Amino acid sequence: MKKLINQQPGRPLRFFLGLLPFVLLVLIYVVSSNARLEVNPNDKLLPDFSQIGDGIERMAFEPSKRSGEYLFWVDTASSLTRLATGVVIAAGVGLLIGMITGALPLFASGLSPLLTVVSLIPPLAILPILFIVFGLGELSKIVLIAIGITPFIARDIQRRTEEIPFEQLVKAQSLGANTAQIMIRVLLPQVLPKLIDAVRLSLGAGWLFLIAAEAVAATDGLGYRIFLVRRYMAMDVILPYVAWITLLAFVIDMALRRMNERLFPWHAQGVGK
Amino acid sequence: MIDVNKVWKQYQEKVVLEGLDVHVEEGEFVTLVGASGCGKSTFLNMLLGTVQPSQGEILLDGRPIPEEPGPDRGIVFQQYSVFPHMTVLENVVATRGFQARGITGYLFGSARKQARIDAREMLEQVGLGGALEKYPHELSGGMRQRLAIAQALLGKPRILLLDEPFGALDPGTRADMHELVLTLWRQHKLTVFMVTHDLKEGFYLGTRLWVFDKLRHDPQAPERYGAGITYDLRVGQMDDKLFARIDQSLSEPVESSVA
Repeated sequence: MKKLINQQPGRPLRFFLGLLPFVLLVLIYVVSSNARLEVNPNDKLLPDFSQIGDGIERMAFEPSKRSGEYLFWVDTASSLTRLATGVVIAAGVGLLIGMITGALPLFASGLSPLLTVVSLIPPLAILPILFIVFGLGELSKIVLIAIGITPFIARDIQRRTEEIPFEQLVKAQSLGANTAQIMIRVLLPQVLPKLIDAVRLSLGAGWLFLIAAEAVAATDGLGYRIFLVRRYMAMDVILPYVAWITLLAFVIDMALRRMNERLFPWHAQGVGK
Repeated sequence: MIDVNKVWKQYQEKVVLEGLDVHVEEGEFVTLVGASGCGKSTFLNMLLGTVQPSQGEILLDGRPIPEEPGPDRGIVFQQYSVFPHMTVLENVVATRGFQARGITGYLFGSARKQARIDAREMLEQVGLGGALEKYPHELSGGMRQRLAIAQALLGKPRILLLDEPFGALDPGTRADMHELVLTLWRQHKLTVFMVTHDLKEGFYLGTRLWVFDKLRHDPQAPERYGAGITYDLRVGQMDDKLFARIDQSLSEPVESSVA
């Protein structure tokens, strides 16, 4: 018998072990749900799968009685639009600040302390300020997401820019490059895959800010809906919404990873050298 | 062409180089050898412009050498010398892009076409004609250094600085690279400075050999004195005894070498 530290699962075993916790969780849910519904058929806390199915049917495939819209899809569209806009703005601003502070020591001296302080401000604490300044519309939610993740992206990009070997900067100069050329041809392309990685890491926080902002003030959106139906204890809607958000997050993350591999084939291996 | 006038370099208390005073003609091939930490790379970096002398001056054609790297001085490092995000061809074309004025470093139209033709020719010359579309991480160490050299040469530098360029290569590849460097040196009429660990390499290549070592030594304060050039030799008429003596002095640890 090998030591535990040396035991490697084969492919089928790895798959089975990965699936096991999910199966167990579903099993526990079904058992507890049945137990509660047996005692009280009107229990709303743990709906069984047919009730959840009804909830999905009602939200996604029947027009709302009040507005005639398919709420689930409307919510998804507005939430994704807000998230994407916020993240794209954060990525753009973060890239700019990160590259300038990472590549130009003069600018780093001027901006780094400010960046550090700003990144320490809890974004949710300034949400009221954003509502006051930007109103209750789309803008304040987008700004919250952008403000929330820009400092992280900017600092990450700054570090990544500084990590690029000094030799490459010297080499480019010895070939006649000026500062702008070095930043655009040498640093920028090497930092872009890192930017996508930084965005992937910051999406979790992005969702958090999105749902928080929607919970406080919105008229549609995934976060808004969850907090709205909470009043009726509509677990048959909340649960599929949460699962949907999880799935979206997963798909977006995977898409970004694939994009990185596709666009930057040199990135995966042999960075440096 | 290059005058080194009484150059000293020290970092706080630690003296690295002292009293360097030499003259180099255009077209010479100078190899710099010495124990590690003896200041030979520091000297190369002064020529490159990334390190400045604490005292004294280095003149290029009678004028102080610029305090930053520039297109008149090409460089090949031991590693990290090529751009990992560009293919072999792009790496060399980039040289032309950097030499064109502008803020992006990209070339368009006929300038781009001409640069691609020239780059291809240069790559043929260094033996990379078959690897144009590969990325650096797909190349062997020797091919990467060939690429770095091609890249530097397309910029038409007057001086080529080589900082232990073959240190990480196996002996067979190294011999091929020596041939290549010698051919290119003659063909492009370059002035070459090459730092190496390998004394044999220093003797075989080049027209002039500099040995860096401490001129004086204080056992109580080993950082008190820096290294200078202990041997400045025209290579070619070297006798074996002298080779053995220099080899001996280099293999001793720096601490105990009393010149």
